Amino acid sequence: MESKLQCIDVRREALGRQLALFHDSRLTIHDSTTMLIDFTDKGLYCSAGNFYLDPWKPVEKAVITHGHSDHARWGSQQYLCHHYTLPILKLRLGENNYQTIGWNEAIDINGVKLSLHPAGHIIGSSQVRVEHKGEVWVISGDYKTENDGISGVFEPVKCHTFVTESTFGLPIYKWKQQSEIFSNIRNWILDNQSNGKASVLIAYSLGKAQRVLRAVKEVTGNIFAHGAVYNMHQTLTNAGILAEGMLPEIKRVVPEMPKETFRNAVIIAPPSAESSPWIKKFTPYSLGICSGWMRVRGNQRRKNADEGFVLSDHCDWPGLLTAVEATGAQRVFVTHGFQSVFSRYLNEAGIEAAEIKTEYGTEEEEAVQELTNNTAEQVATDE
Amino acid sequence: MNDVTQHTNTTPGGMQLFASLVYDLGTHTKTNEKLEALIKYFSAADDKDKVWMIALFSGRRPRRTISPSKIATWCAELVGLPLWLFEESYHTVGDLSETIALLIPEEKTNENNSPSRSLSWYVEKFLELEKSDEQQKKKFILDSWAELSAREIFVFNKLLSSTFRVGVSQNMMVNALSKLIKLESSVIAHRISGNWDPSTTSFSELLSEESSVADHSKPYPFYLAYAIEDDPETLGDTNEWQAEWKWDGIRGQIIKRNGTLFVWSRGEDLITEKFPEYHLLAEKLPDKIVIDGEILPVKNGQVLNFNVLQTRIGRKNVTKKQLEEAPAGIFAYDLLEVDGQDIRELPLHERRQRLAAIVSDVNVPQLMLSPVIDFHSWGQLKEIRLTSRDVNSEGIMLKRKSSPYQVGRKRGDWWKWKIDPLAIDAVMVYAQKGAGRRSNLYTDYTFAVRDGEKLIPFTKAYSGLTDKEFAQVDNFVKRNSLEKFGPVRTVKPELVFEIAFEGIAASNRHKSGVALRFPRISKWRHDKPVSEINTLDDLKKMLEIYGK
Ligand SMILES: [Zn+2]
Ligand SMILES: [Zn+2]
Repeated sequence: MESKLQCIDVRREALGRQLALFHDSRLTIHDSTTMLIDFTDKGLYCSAGNFYLDPWKPVEKAVITHGHSDHARWGSQQYLCHHYTLPILKLRLGENNYQTIGWNEAIDINGVKLSLHPAGHIIGSSQVRVEHKGEVWVISGDYKTENDGISGVFEPVKCHTFVTESTFGLPIYKWKQQSEIFSNIRNWILDNQSNGKASVLIAYSLGKAQRVLRAVKEVTGNIFAHGAVYNMHQTLTNAGILAEGMLPEIKRVVPEMPKETFRNAVIIAPPSAESSPWIKKFTPYSLGICSGWMRVRGNQRRKNADEGFVLSDHCDWPGLLTAVEATGAQRVFVTHGFQSVFSRYLNEAGIEAAEIKTEYGTEEEEAVQELTNNTAEQVATDE
Repeated sequence: MNDVTQHTNTTPGGMQLFASLVYDLGTHTKTNEKLEALIKYFSAADDKDKVWMIALFSGRRPRRTISPSKIATWCAELVGLPLWLFEESYHTVGDLSETIALLIPEEKTNENNSPSRSLSWYVEKFLELEKSDEQQKKKFILDSWAELSAREIFVFNKLLSSTFRVGVSQNMMVNALSKLIKLESSVIAHRISGNWDPSTTSFSELLSEESSVADHSKPYPFYLAYAIEDDPETLGDTNEWQAEWKWDGIRGQIIKRNGTLFVWSRGEDLITEKFPEYHLLAEKLPDKIVIDGEILPVKNGQVLNFNVLQTRIGRKNVTKKQLEEAPAGIFAYDLLEVDGQDIRELPLHERRQRLAAIVSDVNVPQLMLSPVIDFHSWGQLKEIRLTSRDVNSEGIMLKRKSSPYQVGRKRGDWWKWKIDPLAIDAVMVYAQKGAGRRSNLYTDYTFAVRDGEKLIPFTKAYSGLTDKEFAQVDNFVKRNSLEKFGPVRTVKPELVFEIAFEGIAASNRHKSGVALRFPRISKWRHDKPVSEINTLDDLKKMLEIYGK
């Protein structure tokens, strides 16, 4: 019996390898003609310009779409990003050789024309447009099409080839308007207050937390934050890139604070805090989770959340389709998320598409999918 | 569909109320919150809807009149998706009703936002649908999807596919009801048990004080025991306790009223027809009587392994051969009603005396008194308990001699003391095809226990399932694979089984840290959600107790 169990572990490793091989063989189809952007084991590479886009291994020159840690990795010699991404990179990667530009500000790298365009994902997030000898590629990074009022408005950019993410690339993922979700969050906080409870909101420290703060500040000024959220908040407000008053003032939760401090308050915390003893301090509290995954009931129950707010920094299914269509691209490469589903759908819709294996998708919101598969659980009212 | 309930001023419609009740019960984690949600529902819903809600919550579902694949096809067609994409969505969501609710557009035909129709309107439509042709069914379903909200569509689909189940006990619903109407919960529990038709029974007939619905078949709610946690020594004086074998059959009530015999299982199914051998009892039993007992395979006064009886239970008609091979008897535990008098408040020793007298008067081989175990010390009883398997029992029941017959699962007076502590509820995570005769079926499984958010595989287990069950699991595996590699599939962790084993030892070669001896599937726990399986900590505790 013991040996059999071991076998299974070995098989799972082999399974991982096999999947990788599968993706590699897909790539060779497109390798037959040299492409403006290559998919290498270090990341997306533009050989004409000799630079990488969001590389996951150290390289000479890295163009960074946004500050999430799976897209902005350490160790490269030079970084190019949007002005607003700089303070985030400094916080996360320390001092480096950084170059920053604004949106729609074309620069030349070894004869390749490069410009950044708003992606609407988080503060500073950008799509990268690369042009060489009349051929245009756009690399989306992570993006969403709805204007959240803080990340810049997603700009559709015409291109021949579009590289898109697919975190929520299934038709079950459809978002409500931010204004409606915000008013749900506010009503929930007011309900909790009338029941004498604190409201603990789980939101990723970069992106989601800032959006949520803008909803929360309309109903209360009594806002606390976990250290991770607090540090990011300080970095962004001190960098002077946000309009005055866009984000409220918040207090950092420190161990010395007595329990009573949190009565009826709002506490913003990252997902890592969800199941830690740290959260007990706020009892009595109600737990709300802000994530696109909350769209599916099982995910909400699994996390023991009292409320799930379907609020995402990624596109929903209709958003992905609109974005792809707006680029006018003849060819689409699909990265992290539901790659195989989305590329198959595009192919059937007459747009040539292929899935690409990357090492993105470990960012907090994206990573939940993995957890979903491992611990999926069925609860009593289900079939 | 998981957004906060909108704060509206209009009175919500019946279906809306019901859908938010189901939603609340699904998301609230604390018992008192669930109770509150039930009370809120009962105070807002109209009487007819309440009757249906009680019916649905006590397992009286309308029959399925349309296949899930039809429903799936119609939804895919309506939202303009290829079927493969619908299926991908279903695999991610894991529930057909919810998948559809998530795919149907939010824009409603019900533009002026008028309150939704009542729950009873929909359920009665479902009943009518049985006689409709496919086009009519399709039209009704598409029209309903178009006007209902996402949460309503979810429960609508659940009812339509007859998969509606709810994560609260019947006891809790009864408690909520008794908070609202001035009736003891035991009375309510009795009223809503048995044979009543929600489409013809009104709320007041069902529950009002004056109501005297003459339903002669109606069983009493069963009194159930908790497992004893401490050493029985803590129960005190052995003279106050009666010990019996804990039989592993079908707990049931035998009722004879108005000259008719009714046999009820604990799952509230009327199973009289399944036991033709009880017809003799119908003649011999005195009228106006209710006996609590266990239905068991019995030959010459000896209890056989329950598996013997299992083979004939699923059948529609019992053959003569089955009657010979697996004859059913009843081991009587308790007497609840005699001469039309409810005697549940009498102490156990008095009820037992009267039961003994009746059993001996009736004098038919199918009805036996469940024997009382004679013991003088707890130490002695512990020894006797170890022989439970020899008589095909699964341990010992301890009942306080002065105890009344209570309602539902209660602590204090009755305890079960099972022989097999080495069993653990686990969820299947990997499946592999078997060998030989079963080479095209997935029959070899790996199971996992919970560790916080994670599932930790800890054992493989074979055998213990019938061919029919293997086929069901196989079908599930084929529909719910997450990954494939060679012969092994990672499956959606959903099927819960009780794994029995003979020993447990520490093992640092396993992620779980334990290795089991002779693990086998002992039961398919259809009744248990994955959220309630055992944890890695439970395994470690077992290791500490039995691993040396
Ligand atoms: Zn991101
Ligand atoms: Zn990403």
